[in-house]
Amino acid sequence: MSQETKKPRISERRRFFTDLAHHAGLGVMGVLLWAGYTEKAKSSPLTLRPPAALGENDFLKTCIKCGLCAEACVNRPQNVDRETGRPRPGTLKMAKAKDPVTIGTPFFNPRDVPCYMCEDIPCVPVCPTGALDPAKVTDPKSGELDFRMMRMGLAIVDPNSCIAFWGIQCDACYRACPLLDEAISLEYDRNPRTGKHAFLKPVVHADVCTGCGLCERACVTEKPAIFILPREIALGKAGAHYVKGWDKKDQQRVEERIGKDVTTHDKSSSESPEDYLNRGLEF
Amino acid sequence: MGMNRRDFLKTSAAAAAASAVGITVPQEVQAAAAKGEEGWRWDKAPCRFCGTGCGIMLATKDGKIVAVKGDPAAPVNRGLNCIKGYFNAKIMYGADRLKVPLLRMNDKGEFDKKGKFRPVSWKRAFDEMEKAIRKALKESGPEGIGVFGSGQYTIMEGYAAQKMVKGGFRGNAIDPNARHCMASAVVGFYQTFGIDEPSGCYDDIELTDTIVAWGSNMAEMHPILWSRVTDRKLSDPERVKVVNIQTYTHRSCDLSDFNIIFAPQTDLAIWNYIAHEIVYNHPEAIDWDFVKKHIVFAVGPRNIGYGMRRAGEKSLKEGKYSAKEMEIIKKEMAKKISEKEAPALAPYGVKAGDVMKMQPGTLAHWMISFEEYKKSLEPYTLDYVAEIAKGDPNESIDSFKKKLKMLADLYIEKDRKVVSFWTMGMNQHTRGTWVNTLSYNVHFLLNKQAKPGSGAFSLTGQPSACGTAREVGTFCHRLPADLMVKNPKHRAITEKKWQIPEGTINPVGKQHIMKIHRDIEDGLIKFAWVNVCNPYQDSANANHWIKAARNMDVFIVTSDGYPGISAMVSDLVLPSAMIYEKWGGYGNAERRTQLWRQQVVPVGQAMSDTWQWVELSKRFTVKDLWGAYPPSGPRKKPLPSVIEAAKKMGYKEDTTMYEILFANDRAKKYTLDDPVAQGFDDSDSRGDHRNVIGSDGKPFKGYGFFIHKYLFEEYAWFGRGHGHDLAPFDVYMKVRGLKWPVVDGKETAWRFNCKYDPYAAKANPGGDFAFYGPLAKKLFSGDLLKPDKKKGKTPIPNKAKIFARPYMDPPEMPDKEYDTWLCTGRVLEHWHSGTMTMRVPELFRAMPEALCYMNPKDAKAKGVKRGDLVWVESRRGKVKARVETQGRNRPPQGLVFVPWFDEKVFINKVTLDATCPMSKQTDFKKCAVKIYKA
Repeated sequence: MSQETKKPRISERRRFFTDLAHHAGLGVMGVLLWAGYTEKAKSSPLTLRPPAALGENDFLKTCIKCGLCAEACVNRPQNVDRETGRPRPGTLKMAKAKDPVTIGTPFFNPRDVPCYMCEDIPCVPVCPTGALDPAKVTDPKSGELDFRMMRMGLAIVDPNSCIAFWGIQCDACYRACPLLDEAISLEYDRNPRTGKHAFLKPVVHADVCTGCGLCERACVTEKPAIFILPREIALGKAGAHYVKGWDKKDQQRVEERIGKDVTTHDKSSSESPEDYLNRGLEF
Repeated sequence: MGMNRRDFLKTSAAAAAASAVGITVPQEVQAAAAKGEEGWRWDKAPCRFCGTGCGIMLATKDGKIVAVKGDPAAPVNRGLNCIKGYFNAKIMYGADRLKVPLLRMNDKGEFDKKGKFRPVSWKRAFDEMEKAIRKALKESGPEGIGVFGSGQYTIMEGYAAQKMVKGGFRGNAIDPNARHCMASAVVGFYQTFGIDEPSGCYDDIELTDTIVAWGSNMAEMHPILWSRVTDRKLSDPERVKVVNIQTYTHRSCDLSDFNIIFAPQTDLAIWNYIAHEIVYNHPEAIDWDFVKKHIVFAVGPRNIGYGMRRAGEKSLKEGKYSAKEMEIIKKEMAKKISEKEAPALAPYGVKAGDVMKMQPGTLAHWMISFEEYKKSLEPYTLDYVAEIAKGDPNESIDSFKKKLKMLADLYIEKDRKVVSFWTMGMNQHTRGTWVNTLSYNVHFLLNKQAKPGSGAFSLTGQPSACGTAREVGTFCHRLPADLMVKNPKHRAITEKKWQIPEGTINPVGKQHIMKIHRDIEDGLIKFAWVNVCNPYQDSANANHWIKAARNMDVFIVTSDGYPGISAMVSDLVLPSAMIYEKWGGYGNAERRTQLWRQQVVPVGQAMSDTWQWVELSKRFTVKDLWGAYPPSGPRKKPLPSVIEAAKKMGYKEDTTMYEILFANDRAKKYTLDDPVAQGFDDSDSRGDHRNVIGSDGKPFKGYGFFIHKYLFEEYAWFGRGHGHDLAPFDVYMKVRGLKWPVVDGKETAWRFNCKYDPYAAKANPGGDFAFYGPLAKKLFSGDLLKPDKKKGKTPIPNKAKIFARPYMDPPEMPDKEYDTWLCTGRVLEHWHSGTMTMRVPELFRAMPEALCYMNPKDAKAKGVKRGDLVWVESRRGKVKARVETQGRNRPPQGLVFVPWFDEKVFINKVTLDATCPMSKQTDFKKCAVKIYKA
């Protein structure tokens, strides 16, 4: 329809990291020695991986760059163009030299093609090495694949450029969300400036958001005001020593503390009590 | 992974600041930008899109619109917009704007119905139109000329089109797409109040305690009003209640205290249930003082059909409708009463299995006693209504009953103010007029109408469905300001004002928009002109009309800004100026009239629709148009010649319609030195720097008078002093719209209420209300079954009506083969058929295709998954769409929702062209389909 929609474009945010990689001299992008290069080149920390991918380090060790996941993605029956009957571009792409991603590994850019969260998650079971681990998207009770368990990233809202925070009735991201009212809900606030309108602000719920990026794709601002980041980057982490007393589930969050050494170490504790006491005071 | 999040945020900020060219953060560039902005001219206008009527400010620079902002001074939206409004600056500049006239031609350069579109001059375009119109008049008379008008016409272009069709061509086959959108609301207003348009205004939202939305997804279709509803809810969450009532769960349901999902068409039963609750179980809630003073009870016939084609019509006889289609169409003549509707019809002496013989729809009605009305409500017990109306098979009957009871209680609760909003769910309905009137019943019984914070309020879809289609009267049966074509006095008033001979206006106005399509298919209409709409995408049962457009002997012209389906099926395509490329006026759903100035010169050779009509008028003279015509189509009597009468008025046989209707002495008094005309382009009145080569082959230099002000002021004359008063043209250039009637410079917030409406105060001095609308204010009396005409008619001045109206099945319901209800509608991102919004890249990306919203259980049962392509097939046609089971619309089992904005998911090939037989508005909300994997 328009150039903007036709031309696949990497977002500026990700482009920056491509450039960064170039300038850091991490790879000689033009000269491709496949095996030697891939050993060294690292993906941008902002790379979004397919559903059920192992942690980045393990993933890179396990992925054999066979491309079966991307093939399953592009060839899934739902991905046909209504008019031509031929496949549309797939979500998953295998990184090429120009991409800020370890070459040959699968990734996706939701602003171009988001993950449509297929019910049967065709990209995962085809992985021959377990770099995409079906267990991560399998409901332990039913043993069935569950797209709700995908965790490819997390949607982040920039309240400065999100026009819903200006009072515009947008919520395009909310309506595009396949887990509407669960992964993104609307927070209602009164608009004191007008005295009679409400803000309908999108709020992302990290415990439900799969990082599919349908929201990033739908966002109407020039550069998306809602975008997917890998969860390690997007999320902070509160200490495991405190449990929300008002939230029964929060106990699960701190399970890692069970059986761990709880001793704390700081500047004071670098000295034994005796050494400290024996230092004495000047008087 | 050397980069932590802080680094990321820092660098991304830096990246955003640095341009692609380099790292220099450019202070000079910033300064330059500020300087550039100084050259921006800001001016006010209404938003292009829906009936809410938000105000915006447009910035122009170097002849282009460069930016838009919400207008903080606009009372409707106080500077806010929805995402369509946010993109107003981008709608006019798609690279594929139509810039020159395009005609289907053969290689010799002749017009050829089977030819390819090629550019032609305006002169050639008008030559071809003139030729086709002369042929149409010769073969079919004025009934052979059809115009697809619009609720998106500006007031001035609607008035110009109306004047030329009715005053010039002596035709009445001009009807707007607004017919599809609020005709049922209009007939509801006429029947109940005797005058069109709502009693209340948007301030009701801030003043009410209860918002009940019936068949209306306000969150997507009226987002700014919805944000006001939301704010009202937040202001007092305990007291303020919000209820949504519709056939599937949608975006607006999020805010509700509770939602009611009903089976399609049973809103009729639910309204009657509430009335039953009041009359039988809470009679103390009836405000008898109000009812006795201001209300009469009435009833009309039930056997009115479904607005489909009737036996004997040409295309039916010719076999243009398949056996499958005829299964439904035959119900137009007779219908076997079902078990479901039988109890509702029992008070009218009808039982299950009876065959009801249908007559063509009628507006006739007569007075009945309260006791008779009460008798009509008897069937609507909670048990019966819950049984037929529960729309979600997975909801328990007890839960549904509880909600119905809660709903009735909210209405009935003493001192609780209630606003009932509705949109297409109640209007696009084969009993749309009935269900509209049923809403007022409940409000009237409780004295909760026409009061601040209380009232039943029809929301409008289009930006000027009220301002142009309804108020200017661009319907086949209307003249300006509620005057009617069939009323000889009204025709005489209009003829006198237009200074045309008495008897010029054709008294038969029956060619509504579906009839225009059908008349093309039947071969009656030989020339049709599409103005500011897309009837070949937006009309139900589209296959028939497209086939007719291409195969019949008809010349179709489409004037538009962009090429769409209607242009594609036309013979001639004309490039139209878009909204801010012309002077204009719109009227929103709360009776607010808003005018704007031409902001920029149109692109290419595009010219306004007003100009196109006025140029066409130059081609026809008194002797061309005003002779006698034999009976034709719906007109069974000859239309006498008025040429001699015209001569007596001083016209000659070769006086053009241009001289009579547009460039007359009254018009020329509106001079171009008018201060209000200064500083802005007026391509129609003055011409512009493009020197467009006009309809005579010479550069167009303008009409030399202020045509827009003339058209507006002449039109406004019709309403002034008759309850439709508009302010002077110049005033609207300063204010952010005014709600008519504007009397002594003051707008009217609540009509019919003596405290707020000077017309009511005058009609009922010292009283509280006066429902002063003049239509149908003398009625026969009778019982539920029939009027007793012997007693004569009783005048009922200043009274409104409560109607007894039953639940009846729609003509097509799911069965074994076509097992699913289909409902169509809109989405927030796109306006109507998407010709503008699908070209805004951001809106296209946000919503690139129409989906088939389906219940996950249905999807599973039919073996389809989310994202699969399915066929949605009815007796009339089929379309391929992608399944969505998780989206914004969550239908119950047994119903799918497919929006109609996407020409590639052409859902109107599937829908049924049944209409409310009284309002002629199509029911786009229900037909039966089957769904299977593509």
